Amino acid sequence: MTALTAKVAEPSPPPPPQAGAPKRRGVELALLAGAVLISVLGHLHVGLATTGRIPDPADRYAIGLAAAALLAHLAVRLRAPYADPLVLPIAVLLNGLGLVLIQRLDATTPGHPTADGQLLWSALGVVLFVLVVALLRDHRVLQRYAYLSVATALALMLVPVFFPAVNGAHIWIRFAGLSFQPGEFAKILLAVFFAAYLAANRTALALTGRRLFWKLRLLPGRVLGPILAIWLLSVGLLVLERDLGTSMLFFGLFVIMLFTATGRIGWIAIGLLLAALGAYAVGTFEPHVNSRVDDWLNPFASIERGEGPGQLAQSLFAFGAGGLLGSGLGHGQSFLIGFAAKSDFILATAGEELGLVGLTAILLLYGLLVARGFRAGLALRDPFGRLLATGLASIVALQVFVIAGGVTGLIPLTGMAMPFLAQGGSSVVTNWIIVALLVRLSDCARRPRPAQEAAE
Amino acid sequence: MIRYIRWCAYFCALLLLALLVNIARVQVWESAAYGANPANKRAAIERYAEPRGDILVDGRPVTGSRDSGQLLRYERTYTHGPLYAPVTGFSSQTYGTSFVERAEDAVLSGTDPGLSAFPLWYDLARGRPAGGNAATTVRAAVQRAAYAGLGGKRGAVAALEPATGKILALVSSPSYDPSVLSGTGTQAKGAWTALNEDPARPMLNRALRETYPPGSTFKIVTAAAALDAGVVTDVDAPTRTPDPYPLPGTSTLLPNAATGCEDASMAEAVQWSCNTVMAKIGVQVGLRGMVDAARRFGFNTEGLRVPSWVSRSNFDTDMSLDQLALSSIGQFNTTATPLQMAMVAAAVANGGELASPYLVERTTQDDGSPVRRGDRRSLGRAMNPATALRMQELMVKVVENGTGKNAAIPGAVVGGKTGTAQHGVGNAGTPYAWFISWARTEGAALPAVAVAVVVEDASANRGDISGNGAAAPIARAVMEAALRAKPSA
Repeated sequence: MTALTAKVAEPSPPPPPQAGAPKRRGVELALLAGAVLISVLGHLHVGLATTGRIPDPADRYAIGLAAAALLAHLAVRLRAPYADPLVLPIAVLLNGLGLVLIQRLDATTPGHPTADGQLLWSALGVVLFVLVVALLRDHRVLQRYAYLSVATALALMLVPVFFPAVNGAHIWIRFAGLSFQPGEFAKILLAVFFAAYLAANRTALALTGRRLFWKLRLLPGRVLGPILAIWLLSVGLLVLERDLGTSMLFFGLFVIMLFTATGRIGWIAIGLLLAALGAYAVGTFEPHVNSRVDDWLNPFASIERGEGPGQLAQSLFAFGAGGLLGSGLGHGQSFLIGFAAKSDFILATAGEELGLVGLTAILLLYGLLVARGFRAGLALRDPFGRLLATGLASIVALQVFVIAGGVTGLIPLTGMAMPFLAQGGSSVVTNWIIVALLVRLSDCARRPRPAQEAAE
Repeated sequence: MIRYIRWCAYFCALLLLALLVNIARVQVWESAAYGANPANKRAAIERYAEPRGDILVDGRPVTGSRDSGQLLRYERTYTHGPLYAPVTGFSSQTYGTSFVERAEDAVLSGTDPGLSAFPLWYDLARGRPAGGNAATTVRAAVQRAAYAGLGGKRGAVAALEPATGKILALVSSPSYDPSVLSGTGTQAKGAWTALNEDPARPMLNRALRETYPPGSTFKIVTAAAALDAGVVTDVDAPTRTPDPYPLPGTSTLLPNAATGCEDASMAEAVQWSCNTVMAKIGVQVGLRGMVDAARRFGFNTEGLRVPSWVSRSNFDTDMSLDQLALSSIGQFNTTATPLQMAMVAAAVANGGELASPYLVERTTQDDGSPVRRGDRRSLGRAMNPATALRMQELMVKVVENGTGKNAAIPGAVVGGKTGTAQHGVGNAGTPYAWFISWARTEGAALPAVAVAVVVEDASANRGDISGNGAAAPIARAVMEAALRAKPSA
């Protein structure tokens, strides 16, 4: 603990060549207007395509989205004026598109409307975004709560074990009609902990320990302990909760941040080896995971068995049906995927109705968001901030890769939410907090240094 | 640390690239294969998303579409299902299509490029034109007369307009209601099983797809062959045929059902349906002459389409003389569809010219503007015009004062020929009663109709009288309806 707080008090490293970036808040406002416009037009298009008339809550959707965008923009303008102008508009556009896709899928499942709930969760996410941007004036404060973060994260992850499984996975808490996934919140807390822990111990990780052979060094138990604990935790979680996605995400996040902190390729190799061992063991012995791998290797096996297409086959059919330009919003048949169409498989609807062109645009939006996170990390001057920005950007990147790769048959499918697009309250709220932290980090990265401010 | 953050960023860029390459593979490279996978329901959903176009009889639809609210949304309904089933066929979400539903499926389902002046527009607009209509040549009155005439007895009726080949009626009995096969539910499956297991085979289109020994009705072909070949020059001259007639090369004696056939002329032989005379004439014409004549009438032709395919009618091409003798009176291996025998009657009525039968008059867009006209073409000349005139006279005598009196219509010239076909081993089966005929209003230049009727469960009364008793009244009713109906355009 002392090591961590001591880091905060340390003087900043020497200033980078350029001392501050323009604020560009006007650019952000214009981009936000574009994002809201695209989403509202999509909303209207879905209504016209599925029912032949303007959707009923059209004004509510448009005003709500515009108000949320404006509120978030004001918070940034007042409290993080130097923040990267791309981050917030990308988040609004993705969230708006997600609402459009969910509204579109609602049209084919009249018994289970979810768009309104998602709208409420999104609003809550924006409120939390505003609160984080407004109340967290300096990200380095978070460093102080590293151990509290990891304790909370562990508690959050363990709680669902005691709740009944939903669709085969123990990752939900159902309470008073609401359901949420604590694992979603845990990933931010874990990123904070990793960033703080590694920022404090990176010298020890990089240089100390008994030399084994070549450049590989065995770490002292004091430093190695938490790492092994995290690895065991991720595999343990997978077995207990049957949540392949989250454990892969945690593990990947940990390896990436460890590499960033130490620069040791050996750590990556060890990490991948451990991951491969763990994945192989679980993939072989855990039937839930085993069947996922089988589906991935042969998605059409169930058709050949005469049982009809499985979810992954339906997802591939949807992507294939979209082709280059897509069927148009509201004209696809992605509801054939079944019950997870709005959550895990939301990307298939985007692929079918917006086509390769639209899907590429969406993936590039994520790429841009991730790139902006890394850029903030590069520009920041404190190791904790750099690691946190890298970690948060990696969370988004890994999530997108794992779920998009899963539904398109690139890698085995793991249940995970597409950031902002997928239906799911905890996911939307968590991603808004991640975006708030990225806004805060980029604001700090681009802010002129105090010495210069004084000089101006 | 800056360097390692960059590496992480490159790594993430690599992941993104992998995703982009993979979605391009799925959405462009694999797209067609996924679309063609039979488990992919998209094509079927799109196909049934709009009401199907209608099949028209006398300009009025005999089909309809019902919104089932299911995934495969619009289901087919039929206003007079059993009556028109041999024409329309069925259109089922589960079992596909048959007959006109199948032949004109592209127009009816709206995928035919001819339905739109600018097919590219629908590609751009991601829609498709409304299903078009198929107007049939069938006349409702003629069809109803034939259906009512059969009255549920096993059999079939085919009626043609001799000059054009338009099919005026196509009836198969017993029939079924194709509506029961629409949709995807257990009801459709149950109906399908029941219809297929029904020993009466209601889904068999007897008019197009069942072949029967034509019996004595085939004597028209034999007589025409003899006149064309010059084997018989004077139809009224005695033929010096013994009764019974010993089949050439065997000791088998061919008897007659009729009396007074000994040494009869060909005219009398046709009028009274003498087996002996016509068998002998067939032998005189010879195998090659008989095969050629049969082929000119449409026998042994594969791939006749109306536009649904029609079963091949058979006249053996390699036979001994005794087999030829039996074949010449429509026995042995000679088989014919009812449509084929209607074509024989139509060729005689049309001066020897055989028009290709067809069932779809024209296809139109939803708003009635034409897509295609039915193909009115000729299958060639079945016999010389002079022979055709002779044959008309002979057939008129059959009705006026011969075995086919039951087909006579006051105020009309009617020619006909009865037939009773024996079948089964040792003639064990119930004989088929045949009647083929044609009719024109007195004074009219063109005959209005040619008909073939076959009744499977004819009475046990063997002899040509059963063709007259069981089949001729049906033919008369059909001809009367055709003569009354105003001639088609």
